[in-house]
Amino acid sequence: MRKCYFDHVATNPLHPDVLEAMMPYFKEEFGNPLSDLYEYGRTAKIAIEGAREKVAGLVNAKPAEIIFTASGAEANNFALRGIALAKQNEGKHIIVSRMEHHSILNSARFLEKSGFVVTYLAVDNKGFVDPDAVRKAITKETILISVTHASSEVGTIEPIKEIVKVAKEHNVIVHTDAVATTGNIPVDVKDLGVDLLSMAAHQFYGPKGAGALFIKQGLRIVPLIYGGIQETGRRAGTENVPAIVGMGKAAELAQKELKSRMEYLRPLRDRIIDSMSAVKNVFLTGDREKRLPGHVSFCVEFIEGEAMLLLLAAKGIFSASGSACSSKALKASPVLLSMGVPAGLAQGSIVFSLGMGNTSEDIEYLLQEFPAVINRLREISPFAEGWGEREGGGECTVTK
Amino acid sequence: MKFIENVKPDVTTDIVYMMCPMHLLKLQEQIKELEQGQILEIMTDYDGALEDIPAWCEKTGNEFLGMEESENFYKFYIKKLTR
Repeated sequence: MRKCYFDHVATNPLHPDVLEAMMPYFKEEFGNPLSDLYEYGRTAKIAIEGAREKVAGLVNAKPAEIIFTASGAEANNFALRGIALAKQNEGKHIIVSRMEHHSILNSARFLEKSGFVVTYLAVDNKGFVDPDAVRKAITKETILISVTHASSEVGTIEPIKEIVKVAKEHNVIVHTDAVATTGNIPVDVKDLGVDLLSMAAHQFYGPKGAGALFIKQGLRIVPLIYGGIQETGRRAGTENVPAIVGMGKAAELAQKELKSRMEYLRPLRDRIIDSMSAVKNVFLTGDREKRLPGHVSFCVEFIEGEAMLLLLAAKGIFSASGSACSSKALKASPVLLSMGVPAGLAQGSIVFSLGMGNTSEDIEYLLQEFPAVINRLREISPFAEGWGEREGGGECTVTK
Repeated sequence: MKFIENVKPDVTTDIVYMMCPMHLLKLQEQIKELEQGQILEIMTDYDGALEDIPAWCEKTGNEFLGMEESENFYKFYIKKLTR
């Protein structure tokens, strides 16, 4: 049976060149980068500093502005909690969008419990955060705004530059969670104007266990992890040298191949959107144009996302429902609900995220099997009676 | 402790929120970059620096000019005497 991996927002397979670059650091080059007075340690130190340059290069930062973490989630926690604590004497108000990943939302909730005030910004029906809404939410107490660069759930690319412009009028720090975008679309910290930016290696064919936070030079931040002087004292703990080296290699490849990857994925994505949008009661979520190059997300009416996943998996098609990691939460996606998608429709969410391993044959196979799965589930759906034209015509999301 | 005001430093290093021993490592690193007679300013919130920085200066033969306390952190001023 054909196997099609369409869940690249969950994770990417490792690029073979990345694995090759990592291998020596699992084996003979086992040194601790802090022990750089002798050969093993020095080699490891040189390796992670080389990786830092490459990751910095990918997002147009200075190497000293890149702090390695163990994941995108850690980078998000670090940014939110680190800035909140560092700036709490200037104010205690933080703004995030409702589209954020759990690592942002739950950090924000933690800060709320610790005495900070958090505004959760609504998004429009395409998933956009309105810069004007940001402007209205800013108070004299506002110290930090965090808006994702793109949601992995609906793929919409947010107007970060415009949000930064608004924030800077009020001297507020801006963080963006660029885990879904870094290595997939151009990400330039200078162009975006952000103060902090999170990324994760396994979202651009690097290994799991390596992430990074860009912290603009001169910005003060309270560390999340205390201990030794790794990462200039900002993130203690012996570095995961193989993973960091892998992240460096993946960043180098992503920078080199970014354009060709985007050009490869877009037509595949558009083929799915064009074809599936013609199917009744299937609604595209997120924006049609300003979306991640390999990202397709739908809501299918009267059907549960999880059921689609299971039947598709039986056909060798691997996809996701809801946020890549919230499909086990057994509730409608908060992201879709925040976009105004009715709860019933949000239950039927499905995300296909494509990668360089997917071929146009894979796409044709999906387009053959997916409508069949929908029909089969529709037959057994308790709501089958109600199946038909959607009243009011899908104003909640983009229709065909 | 020696207190001092309105010093014009040649180089400033901000290590607020960074823990021990960053204050001594940065101090050592930055002093190397300075010319003889130039002044280094270190900003830190680490209390251990109150003892460590004057002691380091004495040990290495550099001049500890004094410190200034601001709301959230300390500023230490060191004049490079060594070559």
